[in-house]
Amino acid sequence: MTSAILEERKDQIHRTGQGDIDIACNRESLAGAVSQRACVFCGSRVVLYPIADALHLVHGPIGCAVYTWDIRGSLSSGPELHRMSFSTDLQEVDVIFGGEKKLEAALDELIDRHSPKAAFVYSTCIVGIIGDDLEAVCRKMTEKKGIPVLPVMSEGFKGSKREGYLAACKAMFKLVGTEDVSDVSPISVNILGDFNLAGEIWIVREYFRRMGVEVVANITGDGRVKDVGRSHGAALNLVQCSGATLDLAKMIKEKYGKPFIRVSYLGIEDMAESLYQVADFFKDIDPNIVQRTQDLVKDELSKLMPEIARYRKDLEGKKVAMYVGGSFKAFSLLKAFRHLGMKVVMVGSQTGTKEDYAELAQIADPGTILVDDANPLELSAFIKEKDVDVFVGGVKERPIAFKMGVGFCDHNHERKEALEGFEGMLNFAREIHSSVMSPVWSFVPRRSNRISKIIKEAGNE
Amino acid sequence: MSKVKNKVEKANFVSTTNACKLCTPLGASLAFRGVEGAIPFQHGSQGCSTYMRRYIISHFREPVDIASSALGEKNAIYGGGPNLKKGILNVMKKYDPLLIGIATTCLTETIGDDVPRILFEFRQEFGDLKLPELVSVSSPSYNGTHMDGWHGAVCSLVEQLCTEQAEKDDSVNILPNMISCEDIRELRDICERFEVEATILPDISETLDAPALEDYVKIPTGGTPIKSIKKMSGASATIEFGRCLADKTGGVALEKKFGVKNHRIGIPMGLRETDALFDTLEEVTGTPTPRRYELERGRLIDAYVDGHKYVFGKRAIVYGEEDLVTGLCSFLSEIGVEVVLAGTGARGKGLEKAIADATEGVARKMPIVREGVDFHDIADEAEELKADLMIGHSKGYKYAKAWNIPLIRVGFPIHDRFGGQRILHIGYRGALSLFDKIVNAVLEKKQSDSNIGYGYL
Repeated sequence: MTSAILEERKDQIHRTGQGDIDIACNRESLAGAVSQRACVFCGSRVVLYPIADALHLVHGPIGCAVYTWDIRGSLSSGPELHRMSFSTDLQEVDVIFGGEKKLEAALDELIDRHSPKAAFVYSTCIVGIIGDDLEAVCRKMTEKKGIPVLPVMSEGFKGSKREGYLAACKAMFKLVGTEDVSDVSPISVNILGDFNLAGEIWIVREYFRRMGVEVVANITGDGRVKDVGRSHGAALNLVQCSGATLDLAKMIKEKYGKPFIRVSYLGIEDMAESLYQVADFFKDIDPNIVQRTQDLVKDELSKLMPEIARYRKDLEGKKVAMYVGGSFKAFSLLKAFRHLGMKVVMVGSQTGTKEDYAELAQIADPGTILVDDANPLELSAFIKEKDVDVFVGGVKERPIAFKMGVGFCDHNHERKEALEGFEGMLNFAREIHSSVMSPVWSFVPRRSNRISKIIKEAGNE
Repeated sequence: MSKVKNKVEKANFVSTTNACKLCTPLGASLAFRGVEGAIPFQHGSQGCSTYMRRYIISHFREPVDIASSALGEKNAIYGGGPNLKKGILNVMKKYDPLLIGIATTCLTETIGDDVPRILFEFRQEFGDLKLPELVSVSSPSYNGTHMDGWHGAVCSLVEQLCTEQAEKDDSVNILPNMISCEDIRELRDICERFEVEATILPDISETLDAPALEDYVKIPTGGTPIKSIKKMSGASATIEFGRCLADKTGGVALEKKFGVKNHRIGIPMGLRETDALFDTLEEVTGTPTPRRYELERGRLIDAYVDGHKYVFGKRAIVYGEEDLVTGLCSFLSEIGVEVVLAGTGARGKGLEKAIADATEGVARKMPIVREGVDFHDIADEAEELKADLMIGHSKGYKYAKAWNIPLIRVGFPIHDRFGGQRILHIGYRGALSLFDKIVNAVLEKKQSDSNIGYGYL
């Protein structure tokens, strides 16, 4: 068991109930540890990617652009420029003589071809090394093309995914404040940190519509450049996810004085709580909003709860492990699993902070394993030790669970099933149910060996 | 055959839209994964290995552990050597591998890390430990495509492991190019029935398509045994697949250094390229082709006859890796499908000549052949070509959908369908299965386009 954990990683793992939590996190991944984490470029790319009417040009060799081509199920209600993969495809000669000319020519060509509302230019490892002046090229092209051309300083080696979020927010912040906001309602919000996977932002927007709240900008799911430009006009920023867009909310607060709150649309309590927080914020301007919100939640829950109860019957007592990108998601998931009668025994994240883990330790059951920046060997050891029934993670975690004969639920940005909102909770319950209850698990060695052992022992008695 | 069309160089190639190629270290990592007890290791920033793992997992649906030296900013400035050494030690501790396959990335190539030297130092510093084999390949992603990474890794494995003349035996080396797990299994079956001992390098058939297990296996079983690689210098011959290979390959290296005769044939796709494989096997083993394959061959021709009317004259766009495209063109020419455009993201591997050679005497017309293209370029030309079919990996889906024509998924990656690793492309059975797929795609299209929806087609 311990052999799966390298000495240098031991302080990044904690078991609740065994002393004070002081988990090490936010450090560089260990060389040779096969971390599940990506890089700075990845962080920026996944945050900005869903802005659908912008050109997203990756300045670098081909891989960076290829591996992020249409990577998320981020839906758009209009333009779909975000679903294309653009790259300067740097070649050896560019590495030697510099890629600025090529970048300029690429922007020239692509902006003419696609008429985007803005262009994001992502820096990659190699650009940081050869020293192309991305900012200068972007300035020049902004002038020449008459649209904002924004550098995203996301050299992969400059830290972890988290630094990429900051780079993305810095790039977006240059757009904020560029549009007229005179017609924005005083009861208005921006949705930050939601990527409209499988149309989830549309579910949440519908709730706000029913509450009488105007949504100014989706940042970034189903996002538009113009909306980001007028996002400073919204009265309140709602930040979801573990800080992917938190920096943007902070920048808006500092410059435009607009407050933000952290929300989550996953699970029953967190969804309802988020709506109530918004209602509470606007209740002085619109006293009826509280009642409307209560009615909405009541209406949704009366539809949802009987269905959840049906699934719960089967799922009661089953064990769950999860490994997610941002730890904020883990809070919501942990509560959501409790509604299904399931027990969370391991929680891990790629980018959690000390505060996140401390809060997780508070709400988790005793004996729960908390882990920062894990890898396949650790994850598989924990799955085995805790004998879990279902594992929640992303594409890289899926085969780890499946290979050991454990159910899996994709709760990462590649999922194509809407899991947010009250509708999403039902989808989530359905997916967990169909994962855990499938008859296939009785055939995998993990279970079938155990079953045959039990039968054998029973026969001997 | 009409005159080979001159390749039109694009006047102002500056950007890539929806690339039709992958990066070099990905190919290298895949190849290393086909060696017994091996862990691929990318010397670069953490993102490279994570992204590639995700990409590969989406196709194979298998755990793919690729280690990284996880370079940060300081390493990028002062050099990645210390991290590479530390990373190797950590991989040794956790995985206890027999071999670590180290592929460089654009980052480490550009900062000028001299990997062979770092490995030399590493061996000196840690010579008291039980060290795994350390094989390295230079694979900067701004230089070539994933196929260069693949062939580079294979060549490095041969050159760095096969250093001494092994005792001569009757075995055969097969360097199969980048084909599917199922293809490798087919190849192994063929060799078994020829009763020839074959070293297939790499062998991803088990390492990237393993059974369900009780436990997480650190390194999946299977792969080409290191012992067998070391013995390749004593084999009676090498057969390497590919008409678009570099001058220097594993096969060439073995021939030059140890005099192992290298037989270079195309990927055995379709009837004639498969015939070439069986002819070569007969030649190097002195064993006649087992009857089983004569029956398979006969069945294939029978199917060709039964289905010829449905596919003759259909116009196809074919894209992907150079050698896969060549194999497809060869096969399609046999069944009367006209390839109107053959595209690859790679350059300078002689695709046009390879296609001309492979379709010689059968194709009525040479396709337009395009190197260094992306899907934007392909679409640009294809609009006018009125194709009936697209054949290639799953990234062409967006375009096939826009043109409302079937996409026959082959090769790597297949991200939007199940079972990519189990697609059989090679041998008579592979040809038959591709033929069935294509005929049925044509029939299905006809059926769905019809108001009546015929029950007999």
